[in-house]
Amino acid sequence: MTTIKTREPAPESSKPAPQADLPRLGWRGGLRYLWTQLISMRTALILLFALALAAIPGSLVPQRRISPVRVTDFINEHPTLGPIYDKLGLFNVYASPWFSAIYLLLFVSLVGCIIPRIGVYAKALRARPPKTPRNLTRLPAYAASETADSDHDVLDRAATALRQRHYRVDIRDDSVAAERGYLREAGNLVFHISLVFVLVGVAIGALFGFRGTSVVIVGQGFSNNLTQYDDFSAGARFTDRDLAPFSVNLKDFDVKFETGPVQRGAARLFRANVEVTEGPGAPPRQEILEVNKPLHIAGTKVHLIGHGYAPKVTVKDAQGNVAFSGPVVMLPQDGNFSSIGAIKAPDARPERLAFEAFFFPTAMLDDQGPRSIFPDALNPALFVNVWYGPPKVETGRPENVYSLDTTGLSQLKEADGQPVRIGLNVGDGVNLPDGKGSIQLDGWVRWVKLQIGATPGVPISLIALGVAVMGLCLSLFVRPRRVWIRIRSDEAGRSVVEVGGLDRADARAGLTEDVAELAAELSRRPEGVSVR
Amino acid sequence: MTYEYYSSLALVSSVVVYAFAMFAHAAEWAAARRLGVAKPAARELVDVAAAQMSPEPVEGRHQPVPDPDSNAKTSPASSRRVEQLGRMGVALTVIGFLLSVAGVVMRALAADRAPWGNMFEFTITAMVFVVGVYLILVWRAGLRWLGLPVTLLAAVGNGLAVTVFYVAVAPLVPALHSVWFLIHIVAAAISGAAFNVGGVMSICYLIKKRAEERGTVRGYLIRLPDSHKIDLIAYRFLAFAFPLWTFTVVAGAIWAEYAWGRYWGWDPKETWALVTWVIYACYLHARSTAGWRGTRAAVIAIIGLASFWFNFIGINLLVSGLHSYAGI
Repeated sequence: MTTIKTREPAPESSKPAPQADLPRLGWRGGLRYLWTQLISMRTALILLFALALAAIPGSLVPQRRISPVRVTDFINEHPTLGPIYDKLGLFNVYASPWFSAIYLLLFVSLVGCIIPRIGVYAKALRARPPKTPRNLTRLPAYAASETADSDHDVLDRAATALRQRHYRVDIRDDSVAAERGYLREAGNLVFHISLVFVLVGVAIGALFGFRGTSVVIVGQGFSNNLTQYDDFSAGARFTDRDLAPFSVNLKDFDVKFETGPVQRGAARLFRANVEVTEGPGAPPRQEILEVNKPLHIAGTKVHLIGHGYAPKVTVKDAQGNVAFSGPVVMLPQDGNFSSIGAIKAPDARPERLAFEAFFFPTAMLDDQGPRSIFPDALNPALFVNVWYGPPKVETGRPENVYSLDTTGLSQLKEADGQPVRIGLNVGDGVNLPDGKGSIQLDGWVRWVKLQIGATPGVPISLIALGVAVMGLCLSLFVRPRRVWIRIRSDEAGRSVVEVGGLDRADARAGLTEDVAELAAELSRRPEGVSVR
Repeated sequence: MTYEYYSSLALVSSVVVYAFAMFAHAAEWAAARRLGVAKPAARELVDVAAAQMSPEPVEGRHQPVPDPDSNAKTSPASSRRVEQLGRMGVALTVIGFLLSVAGVVMRALAADRAPWGNMFEFTITAMVFVVGVYLILVWRAGLRWLGLPVTLLAAVGNGLAVTVFYVAVAPLVPALHSVWFLIHIVAAAISGAAFNVGGVMSICYLIKKRAEERGTVRGYLIRLPDSHKIDLIAYRFLAFAFPLWTFTVVAGAIWAEYAWGRYWGWDPKETWALVTWVIYACYLHARSTAGWRGTRAAVIAIIGLASFWFNFIGINLLVSGLHSYAGI
């Protein structure tokens, strides 16, 4: 805190500062000044810290791209804070302008820092090791020993010894200058350049890649065109012609859950048997799709990322005709696969029918209401509320298949005004009151959620990361060192070998020992003396 | 069942033994208080940095011998007591280490797989690495002065594992059925151990540095190498951990591509792994920039360690994400 005092201007010097001392920058100079500031190490450090800080809110505030439902919940729970967060981009941190600004500035700073250093390094590679300092005793490590050999011999031996230790050696008049550890800076440069390539790979993936999901019921299939996707996102340079024309048939899907006392209900096995057809006319091949084992089909990856239940129901209308029959995909709501969905029979006559449906694979009915107590289908049951209404004009407008829009529908009620609730086990059929029709639970099948996608930049990023790690190791573990050896005559006329050493990187050890070892080795005659 | 039982027994015993080792080292430090203020010349007892790299045995390398010149008032008896307590601490640490290795091995036998499936198993494995590295350093480089913080860390780590994080043996969820399970988690455990040792050293550095600046280097602080050397050793650990942590994050990304269909999804765990990485990148840059060496770098290293711990404990317990599996 004492420094602040000295910086405070004394009262008598508070008159206008002499302007002439400062050169005028002009806009060009100003830009140059900004540029040197940007590529300085201090700015890089600040940007790195800023990146770390900026990444934090995204891990604590729910993110739209990861869990949109939780974002909606958050906004509903925090009516004041929610919109502010939204304006600040806190629900989409990693695509927000401020986050992008930080990492783009960081990479600009990195490039600006690295390019000049490549030039400096190229020069250093061609340069001779630096001149021998006049006074070797001033170096951090110094050792001297007498020798009986001629100066020339000793210097030759010194050069050989240093070359054996992987030094670059330069013999000067009365001395040898040597340097090693050039790879440290090379590793440093390679690491930083690789980081740029990692970003390039990510950018290519974002521009040309696509990713989408599709729910496929066991026994049914998926063919790779846009209409089959439930959701789909793609980069700016992607066109739907890039979709490979393959198809995947889901033949069956094995699921096992933990039934023991520990972690009861945890998933133990997901295995889908699929039949893959690479394109029209290609022979189908059998494959197994598991978590951690995606399918690779024509440059596209197919992952298994979710599963659930689809109860098979048959709905008959008031006239006794089948108005709907088949499996209905239900969305799981919890770890025990309590699922909700909608069964729609718009073709029922004279009135259309619709059901809000709840499916429980292992149903339990008590005073807490119906729920599932185990994720596997041990006691499947379907609960429905019934809605009916006049037939609707076909508008072609898409509607959500998982939820029921009750506009134009009335709920079917008992005589006492309570809504009709129907519980069905597999095989049960129930006639609706007032002769509105009937509903039957025929059985159930599983469905899987497939993720289909391609990220073309990944190999570039991956290779760049491998190179980066290697460069990082070089830049951290290579030890640049300079050693100088000189022959000098002392007062008695004897030859003295002087060895001086200097470490050029932090946290290096063994300099003193190496220098002492060199001095001792050079004082000996080469013949008849074992070096080790 | 029996393996699981004996594993828990060994781990609980290791906590008790580590606690006793910690008491021994604390008593060692307390006894050393009477050794008084050191003369500046007596501060460097062991040239650790030189001794570690040199192939020849260096005098005093295995044990930091008390310097007879350090203070005229120091009686040989009290020096001997400090030495005895220190040896006792190391001996107890070795016993605790063997127990904790036995606990991890039996856990693996009980589960019939690598014991890295949950927080409990990760912690006990990481603690084996921490204490193992410490014991090698004691043996090779005379770093016994790390005894108190390391046994404290080991006792607390294994203690939390057997009380708070404990889960019974169970198979893995399908997402963990991958060869990356071995690679990613071992790399995380080793780099985590090195981050912890480096962080502990950075704390020692700050304490020693402060004492040096105030001229109050007395008691046990005499036995620590001078602050510059502590800084160098801390740097070595962190410089070793950083590329390995980079590899851990990359391996995690590769695994995520297989298991979840995307290599990076800003899952809280991934985000904090990156934050930790960036903080240690700051540390390395800070050291290569003049003026940021020493205290500021040490503070960054400690922030990095805090971030590592938050990623490990805070994210697992407070935030829901894809890495929350298997109970805890």
